[in-house]
Amino acid sequence: MRGQFLFQEVWTGLRRNLTMTVALVVVVAISLSLLGTGFLFVKQVDNTRTYWQGRVQLSIYLCTATSVSPQCKQNGPATATERQQIYNDLLSLRSHGVQHVYYESQAQAFARFKQDFAQDKSFSSLVTQNEIPDSFQVKLANAQADYSVVAGTVQGRPGVDNIVNVQSILSNFYKLLNGARDAVIITAIILVIAAILLVANTIRLSAFNRRRETSIMRLVGASNFYVQLPFLLEGVIAGLIGWVIAAALLVAVKTMGLDALQQYFPYNVQLSLADLIEVIVLAMVMGVLLCGVTSFLTLRRYLRA
Amino acid sequence: MIHFDNVTKAYPSQSRPALENVTIDVEKGEFVFLVGSSGAGKSTFLRLILKEEKPTEGRIHVAGKDLARLTNWKVPYLRRRIGCVFQDFRLLPNKNVYQNVAFALQVIGKPRRFIRKVVPEVVDLVGLEGKHDRMPHELSGGEQQRVAMARAFVNRPMILLADEPTGNIDPATSIGIMKVLDRINRTGTTVVMATHDAAIVDSMRKRVIELEYGKIVRDQSRGVYGQAY
Repeated sequence: MRGQFLFQEVWTGLRRNLTMTVALVVVVAISLSLLGTGFLFVKQVDNTRTYWQGRVQLSIYLCTATSVSPQCKQNGPATATERQQIYNDLLSLRSHGVQHVYYESQAQAFARFKQDFAQDKSFSSLVTQNEIPDSFQVKLANAQADYSVVAGTVQGRPGVDNIVNVQSILSNFYKLLNGARDAVIITAIILVIAAILLVANTIRLSAFNRRRETSIMRLVGASNFYVQLPFLLEGVIAGLIGWVIAAALLVAVKTMGLDALQQYFPYNVQLSLADLIEVIVLAMVMGVLLCGVTSFLTLRRYLRA
Repeated sequence: MIHFDNVTKAYPSQSRPALENVTIDVEKGEFVFLVGSSGAGKSTFLRLILKEEKPTEGRIHVAGKDLARLTNWKVPYLRRRIGCVFQDFRLLPNKNVYQNVAFALQVIGKPRRFIRKVVPEVVDLVGLEGKHDRMPHELSGGEQQRVAMARAFVNRPMILLADEPTGNIDPATSIGIMKVLDRINRTGTTVVMATHDAAIVDSMRKRVIELEYGKIVRDQSRGVYGQAY
């Protein structure tokens, strides 16, 4: 079929039932952006997991002169012997999944603190090196399974202030995103069903509007492909317009939603541009398939001679 | 060109078959009138040629093809070799004369240059010189039927099927329509025309096949419409 003629047919079709086309574009846009958002959440959780896989998962803070917890008040700041003892004990737990232990002195911790709060001078300038505790940073083979053994060994010992499990902070983040993901995907699935019905109805209306044309096309021997192509393209083009809107919404979800969310957590794992593009392309494939396949199946029912 | 071999067509909802044991040979370049009262099976006959229906029994060959062995996706290619004209013209109301005729070529993927060359020739052939950009509602019934004939003929079909082409047209105008059909027939196109118009059949003196209750009751070369009507 000649491109210009085909384009003209598709354009007429889309314009003739404009209201349906607009409804279709909107529903496709929303359902695709929700699906995409779901995928972005999955990716965010995955990326955060991978990020922490290779890093310290357990921080064992030691008592300093300024520590306020009861056990530190009772035992006083950690002595060099206590520190050495804890270090040796942690190393002896290698068979229980301790992969790596290193000691972070107060000076190192203070430097890191100042770096983390570089933008918040008014706060960081109030804190002195003595107030930042030294600690053992432990990397575990499996943060969830090995945590209790390691924590049990050092918990409550003289010189140990408290143990912070990064996993417990992370699990809140995971829970939040997984919950949001489920909600978003369930809504998306409902909308996808609505989109499928809308595509089917739009195509059916379009086929009805153009029944005169299609009957003549059949009569003069246009192949099934030629008869169906304008309708198929109508569905796919509406889907693509919806996808473009969805893509814009997904960019907004990433930059204004997920990236902004990072500031509430003590680290910063942003999704890369490649991740975003991957999700947007996935949304396009789904949109085109959704509209194309539905149009095709509808046409098989309504364009029979 | 058209060969029916003992063809029976029964519709499930009807007790009597629409066509019963019909055997017909129409040669290339023939002009055939198909006559008979309403419900005699004329339309079924035409629909069978187009493979819009399948025969219940018997074999049909059209343009050298055995229709029973023609797969569904090849049916469009059969229809490109058959032109069709109807009582109700079936023009596209939002396209002008030229566009209506060109449409038939556009949808089978003919190149634009070819369409620009061929369409004006055919529109002139059917006697619509200077009316290329008229819309169907601006034309008389006879002129609309000429457009329909141009559309049916523009792809140079081997067969032209006409289902009561003069049914909506006054007798005087009908003569013009028949002249166009005759002109098309003279180019070597086989014409099969179903009609109720006794005057036309009698004046043309062509082969007449008469159907009654789905059976052939008369097959005459150079025949007339028949005394019974």
